[in-house]
Amino acid sequence: MNKLNLNEKTVTEARQYAKKIAKETQTFIDKHTTVSVERTVCRLLGVDGVNEFDVPYPNILVDHILENGDLGLGISNYLASTIKNLNLDIMEIAKLVSDKKLDITKYPTLDYKEVKKILSPFIQESLYKMKEHEAKRNGFFDKYGKKDGPLLYVIVATGNIYEDVTQAKAAAKAGADVVAVIRTTGQSLLDYVPYGPTTEGFGGTYATQENFKIMRSALDEVGEELNRYIMLVNYASGLCMPEIAAMGALERLDMMLNDSLYGILFRDINMQRTFVDQYFSRVINAYSGIIINTGEDNYLTTSDAVTEAHTVLASQFINEQFALFAHMKEELMGLGHAFEIDPSVENGFLLEISQAQMAREIFPNAPLKYMPPTKHMTGNIFKGYIQNALFNIVTTTTNQKIHLLGMLTEAVHTPFMSDRYLAIENAKYINHTMKDFGDEIEFKDGGIIKTRASKVLNDALNLLKEIENIGIFTTIERGIFAGIKRPLDGGKGLHGVKEKHPMYTNPVLDQMVRELREVK
Amino acid sequence: MGYDMNEKTYSKDLDLTKLSPYGDTLNDSKVQLSFTLPIKNDELGVEAAKLLAKKMGILDPLVAESITLDNEFTMYIVYGSTSHTIDYTKIKVETVETDVMSKKEIEDYIDDNFSKNIVVVGASTGTDAHTVGIDAIMNMKGFAGHYGIERYRNIDAYNMGSQVENEELIKKALEVKADVLLISQTVTQKDVHIKNLVNLVELLEAENLRDKFIVIVGGPRITHELAKELGFDAGFGPKKYAEDVASFFIQELSKRK
Repeated sequence: MNKLNLNEKTVTEARQYAKKIAKETQTFIDKHTTVSVERTVCRLLGVDGVNEFDVPYPNILVDHILENGDLGLGISNYLASTIKNLNLDIMEIAKLVSDKKLDITKYPTLDYKEVKKILSPFIQESLYKMKEHEAKRNGFFDKYGKKDGPLLYVIVATGNIYEDVTQAKAAAKAGADVVAVIRTTGQSLLDYVPYGPTTEGFGGTYATQENFKIMRSALDEVGEELNRYIMLVNYASGLCMPEIAAMGALERLDMMLNDSLYGILFRDINMQRTFVDQYFSRVINAYSGIIINTGEDNYLTTSDAVTEAHTVLASQFINEQFALFAHMKEELMGLGHAFEIDPSVENGFLLEISQAQMAREIFPNAPLKYMPPTKHMTGNIFKGYIQNALFNIVTTTTNQKIHLLGMLTEAVHTPFMSDRYLAIENAKYINHTMKDFGDEIEFKDGGIIKTRASKVLNDALNLLKEIENIGIFTTIERGIFAGIKRPLDGGKGLHGVKEKHPMYTNPVLDQMVRELREVK
Repeated sequence: MGYDMNEKTYSKDLDLTKLSPYGDTLNDSKVQLSFTLPIKNDELGVEAAKLLAKKMGILDPLVAESITLDNEFTMYIVYGSTSHTIDYTKIKVETVETDVMSKKEIEDYIDDNFSKNIVVVGASTGTDAHTVGIDAIMNMKGFAGHYGIERYRNIDAYNMGSQVENEELIKKALEVKADVLLISQTVTQKDVHIKNLVNLVELLEAENLRDKFIVIVGGPRITHELAKELGFDAGFGPKKYAEDVASFFIQELSKRK
């Protein structure tokens, strides 16, 4: 598919610059670990649950190392050595540490081979579960078939997981293919993951492993009734990014919002922390066949969608390379963008078509995530409904895959059940009545659409050159993305970043990477 | 404006004696409404819209948008929670209580119970120029996949179209020896359709013809209850098709034989 006659050399060049940028960042990533990475290792070794004060055991273990040992060595070594010396089960160790009856930092440091050998049975068990979930998902798709055309994606956000279930089921019956459970305000800034089912939240519901399980089983149930597989989404983002990725992999989530840049810019999370966290979480997602969603769409909620369109494309190039460094297949890269041009812009619709078609052609195998209008939605729900209809037309015309439905009450409240129904009805109507419209049309040489796409591509290339020159950290410090400036040592979570010791081990990560490399 | 960050303390049980709307949580009572006020679009207007909503029983009304339609006209979009509830368990609705049959079953029923075809005369009467309602029930083509009664093998259907005077309708009914009269009222203003419907019944009664026909009325604002009140045999509202209407009149005719 090549309707825009984009200059292939420019695209290749842009990819090369993005790769250099990602590689430099990866060099930094490879030298560091974080508290959340090490807690994720705990989880994937089978540590779960909370103590009598509701503190999760992974936090207890990692905090214990922070106080008494060197987290730069990696928690795996401490756990392996303790197991070797005491012959205890991993949960017994966690409980003894919680009760302050055991100091796991006092046993000798082991070499890599021994750590790997001791922890191997624990690692195999978790990785097997993750693979089993992937197989089960693929089994459902074999049984029910995979949908052609855009996947209708809706959110639920009641704060109460059981009420979320009611709404998710109603949405699935109306035609939703993908349900995202929005997280409660502020969860991204918690440096631990809450435990158990939750019924209170503000503007969303806590991401907990139990909540994942409850929603997964509800969607499987309604999917069986409808003969469709309903995909479940949550947010592997914020300070617990890789832990949530692990929880999602263990409970068969199908998509994860997973983007450092989003956390840095919009949640003021420290960039060093979240780049390291992102790498581990992307490996987990790649390993489990979970589609990631990146957050470029959000840039346009603060920046102008006409003048800053190239920043979205540049970021997509970079995110693609980050994903490749995490051994992720293109088919799992839900690169994000959005329909956010001011409705008063003349020919704004043409510019949206241009941007969406361009993303489609540059990333042909990626299940692009296309976000509806939000910035220019008002309380005028009638106009909003039309804005969403135009967005739906671009989605289907340019063959976007993850079709995040706009709510007519976007600017008013979290969606009513009826708002969601209307959104699904709107999208189904347009996707059906215009199904092959995109195949039928071509764009005029020298016209608005082609000219715009080649301009945005060139601007993106120039930006990537600049970023490559100054590095991603400085780029963010200068506010090039979304017009938001974040300092290298600012934001939340920096204290949780540790430089790796020469003896650092992470056999969980290594095992996943090894298997991912073999598949390639 | 913005997302509702208030703690939600609604009862988690469904009480049908105190039924209230569902926005995104059981018992949140959320409603949306929009209306236009003949005033300027300013702070005073927003306050007026809020006060009006409060008088309608809307608690904490939120004016999501106010849109200028003209210098002295403003449209408001309002959200809030209604303070009213309904005792759902006490609601009684009069509905047509005959079995609904398929086209084939209706035709067979007529074969089994009557020695001749059933004659039906239909019209959109009075000032109503819309034929969509009467066509939906009578036309060959029907509506939404339901064939009209013209297609029924043993029904003779006469569709007189729109703006038919009551007198004309009665004349036609006598001429073709009708069994059933179908009246459609689609769009009406200031309840003119009520007067027109009452007038038809009065005319029939004055000429001692009321018992000669089964008289049925249909339209988006018609309920069975209203039709009975006005002296009709039945009334059909939205989402009723030829099968519903024909099932009623053949069973009613059979009962009256």
